[in-house]
Amino acid sequence: MQTEPTAPVHHVDTQPSTAQRGEAQRIGVPRETFPLEKRVATVPDVVEKLVKLGFLVAVESGAGEAANFSDDAYRAAGAEILPDAAALWATSDIVLKVRPPSEGEVGLMREGGTLIDFIWPAQNSELMQQLAARKATVLAIDCLPRTLSRAQKMDALTSTAGVSGYRAVIEAANAFGRFFNGQITAAGKVPPAKVFIAGAGVAGLAAIGTAANLGAIVRANDTRAEVADQVKSLGGEFVKVDYEEEGSGGGGYAKVMSEGFQAAQRKMYADQANDADIIITTALIPGKPAPKLITAEMVQSMKPGSVIVDMAAEQGGNCELTVPGEAVVRHGVTIIGYTDLASRLAKQSSTLYATNLLRLTEELCKAKDGVAVVNMEDDAIRGLTVVKDGEITWPAPPLKQAPAPTPKAAAAPVEQKKGGHGHGSSAPLPAKTLAILFAVAAVAFWFIGAHAPTAFLGHFTVFVLACFIGYMVVWNVTPALHTPLMSVTNAISSIIAIGALVQIAPLEAGANGRPDGLILWLAFAAIVLTAVNMFGGFAVTRRMLAMFRK
Amino acid sequence: MSQSLATVAYLGAAILFILSLGGLSNPETSRRGNVFGMVGMALAVLATVFGPRVGTGGIAWIVIALVIGGGIGLYAAKVVKMTQMPELVALMHSLVGLAACLVGFASYVDTSIQLAGAEKIIHEVEIYVGILIGAVTFSGSLVAFGKLNGRIGGKPLLLPGRHWLNLVALLVVIWFGRQFLAAHDVQAGMLPLIVMTVIALLFGVHMVMAIGGADMPVVVSMLNSYSGWAAAATGFMLSNDLLIVTGALVGSSGAILSYIMCQAMNRNFISVIAGGFGSGSGAPAKTGEASQPQGEVIPVSAAETAEQLREAKSVVIVPGYGMAVAQAQHTVNEITKTLRDKGVQVRFAIHPVAGRMPGHMNVLLAEAKVPYDVVMEMDEINEDFPDTDVAMVIGANDIVNPAAQDDPASPIAGMPVLEVWKAKNSIVMKRSMASGYAGVDNPLFYKDNNRMLFGDAKKMLDEVLSVLRA
Repeated sequence: MQTEPTAPVHHVDTQPSTAQRGEAQRIGVPRETFPLEKRVATVPDVVEKLVKLGFLVAVESGAGEAANFSDDAYRAAGAEILPDAAALWATSDIVLKVRPPSEGEVGLMREGGTLIDFIWPAQNSELMQQLAARKATVLAIDCLPRTLSRAQKMDALTSTAGVSGYRAVIEAANAFGRFFNGQITAAGKVPPAKVFIAGAGVAGLAAIGTAANLGAIVRANDTRAEVADQVKSLGGEFVKVDYEEEGSGGGGYAKVMSEGFQAAQRKMYADQANDADIIITTALIPGKPAPKLITAEMVQSMKPGSVIVDMAAEQGGNCELTVPGEAVVRHGVTIIGYTDLASRLAKQSSTLYATNLLRLTEELCKAKDGVAVVNMEDDAIRGLTVVKDGEITWPAPPLKQAPAPTPKAAAAPVEQKKGGHGHGSSAPLPAKTLAILFAVAAVAFWFIGAHAPTAFLGHFTVFVLACFIGYMVVWNVTPALHTPLMSVTNAISSIIAIGALVQIAPLEAGANGRPDGLILWLAFAAIVLTAVNMFGGFAVTRRMLAMFRK
Repeated sequence: MSQSLATVAYLGAAILFILSLGGLSNPETSRRGNVFGMVGMALAVLATVFGPRVGTGGIAWIVIALVIGGGIGLYAAKVVKMTQMPELVALMHSLVGLAACLVGFASYVDTSIQLAGAEKIIHEVEIYVGILIGAVTFSGSLVAFGKLNGRIGGKPLLLPGRHWLNLVALLVVIWFGRQFLAAHDVQAGMLPLIVMTVIALLFGVHMVMAIGGADMPVVVSMLNSYSGWAAAATGFMLSNDLLIVTGALVGSSGAILSYIMCQAMNRNFISVIAGGFGSGSGAPAKTGEASQPQGEVIPVSAAETAEQLREAKSVVIVPGYGMAVAQAQHTVNEITKTLRDKGVQVRFAIHPVAGRMPGHMNVLLAEAKVPYDVVMEMDEINEDFPDTDVAMVIGANDIVNPAAQDDPASPIAGMPVLEVWKAKNSIVMKRSMASGYAGVDNPLFYKDNNRMLFGDAKKMLDEVLSVLRA
């Protein structure tokens, strides 16, 4: 980096091949080649929006077929349909994908192109080298700094996990031989299913909500104690591990826990396994194999016909007996280790993923001119970018600080003042302010007492006390009646008429050369004016108050 | 009637006035409170008219004056539209101010009152101050009236060096006050008194001209307070305790309202009065790069809005000044009724400064026959937004701006706001994308779960209603 006085906000991306600035880039969406993968990286609705951003969009023929999006739908949305992957990769400046590219696909990629995709750079260092060799720029959607609130709209991990969590419950229900909800039927009583969910991340929470909606009794556990409220809000019950330790690592993931904790946790899991009909496990620790939470003995202790859905199967599984990618029966318990749960709801997860990518594309193309700019000054984009022009830029430098276990507090930096009104009992003044106020009042009172005549003091006493009464009374007025309050105070301030009344024709008229005529007219005018208030004010207040009804 | 009897009657009137204000603590007792006020006023006026200080020759004049003024007042109260309440209230403030001036002048030229020494000085100070407050209230309220009904633009008028102008005006007023006190007879004192009155009138105009359109709730309640102080000053001038008590009640009531309004905007009273905040037409204020809202504004049609409302279980409607301008409150009530019949829970969320005077929205909704138990204050309903399916914002902007909480650099940072963005979906009805009176862009409009329904609130709501009924 040269020593420039001010860092430029926009780096013009060095795309040697086509894109001069101002010339629209082409976004390509190939068909996923990974076995069983049904998802697609964009959907027709999103294609329209990408076109609006100024991009040209090309989709490989049949890319959306498994997710029920026909070529025609894409065409209607403004995409060009290309017959094969080779043509697509060769002509696209930016490729959107779901699964990490295979070696063959990397070979098809044009030199200096951009790829937006799940990459998992920690697990796929070889792939990273290959991409770097193609002088590519790669944005790994899984590397998004999830703690940036701005980044949430691009968070594909979250949207995918939500879909998987839902599907996990559906798979479990499919394999489970009973109802989820308890029923009392003519044929007898059906107890509700008991579901235990290990890990209350996004997938876990989605599973909790789905299972609870189906009527099951849901319990859940997580090493991060702060998720207990979220579990409850979705209708689950939070099960605590009987051991004190805080389990929140950086970035909203859990961390590895101590030995003592793990022992207590194992006991809790054993108890739950004994009791539950269905267990759904979602425990992952980033960059490590999934923790083995459910042992073979625990599976053995479960009732026959029970179901375990192991959502961590791809990372080795949370259950010792899980076979990744398959559903197996062990000790009478169905253990589902599918690694393609999101893909089994292809239309839904594709739509969500495509929207996440659209949000990311918008971030890249703020000018809406069809040219993506990878701005490395932007925290979110910096985190995503794992390869920049053939240079590996992963891992990104950490954001300032992993947020505290209570991210809510950090997200609200502006101190909220207690709004509106406090019914007479707003927070007490600090002692110092109070002392100053009292001192000022004391001096003012001394001054008045020392100089004013007695007659004035009588009135002054009345005045000050009346101010206090007014203060006490008005705090009790409900805010809904503030307008009537104003009109009624308007009406009673017409009491000033009394002043005019006593002037208009006093008994001592004419004394001392009093200009009776002039005063008469002044007082007359004042009475007319105040009478408007007196009658008008009360009448309009009456009219308003009559409207307030339950 | 003897002086003592009149004094006791005044005491009774003062108590009735206090009960009258106390009655407004809830809608159930408020009607009785208003009756207390009327009885108190009748008692005070009758005790004065038949008391020891009014000669029989005056009664005819008094009756004529009351009939004229009362007729005008009753007529105005009958025909005023609820959306025009702020104007009516402002106009009434100006009348009190003018009456205080007239009574002050009359009291000054009244040579039958013979005082000497400290009492004379105090009496003259009271006259001087009474007329000063009265004149400021009068002209300020007139300008406020003009601004509220649109005859004068909502834009703050900012004269160069306006704070210095005000300071100079104050010094001149004090200087003429000395002259006034030094004057030996009425003729000599009249000139300083008139000069002061003119300056006070100009000051009132200048003060309110410098205040932006949506700071009006503060201005209206501040003028309410002034009209009270003017009455209290008149009470001192005439040595009348009832006037003092009533003036103090009204004065502190207005002061509390101003304070509440300032709190609701998280602004300091002085800075509101100093004016100049918000340009009315909304040139975006400078904000940091980071606070630039991101995302996309997603417009919807009336039919889609109706669809969302119909599918919701709970709806919260946030009305703002735009609803008053479009006179849409009756349609809002129809929509509310239709939705409630379909089993949708509908509630209203009222921000303390929504509209142009305190409590304005409540009165409008009450007029449209929305039951007041579904109309919530900000503190009551803010916690419920996360459980709300649709939050519908009608013609409001700054009071639902999340930047007040999220962006410390925002000009409205720290202002309490209705957290509509926490609802599952929000719909904002607006005529265009123009920013609110604070000139701050609203990140709410760019949120993923927010939709914009552009157009005149009345027209769009009518369409929504017809789809809902279909």
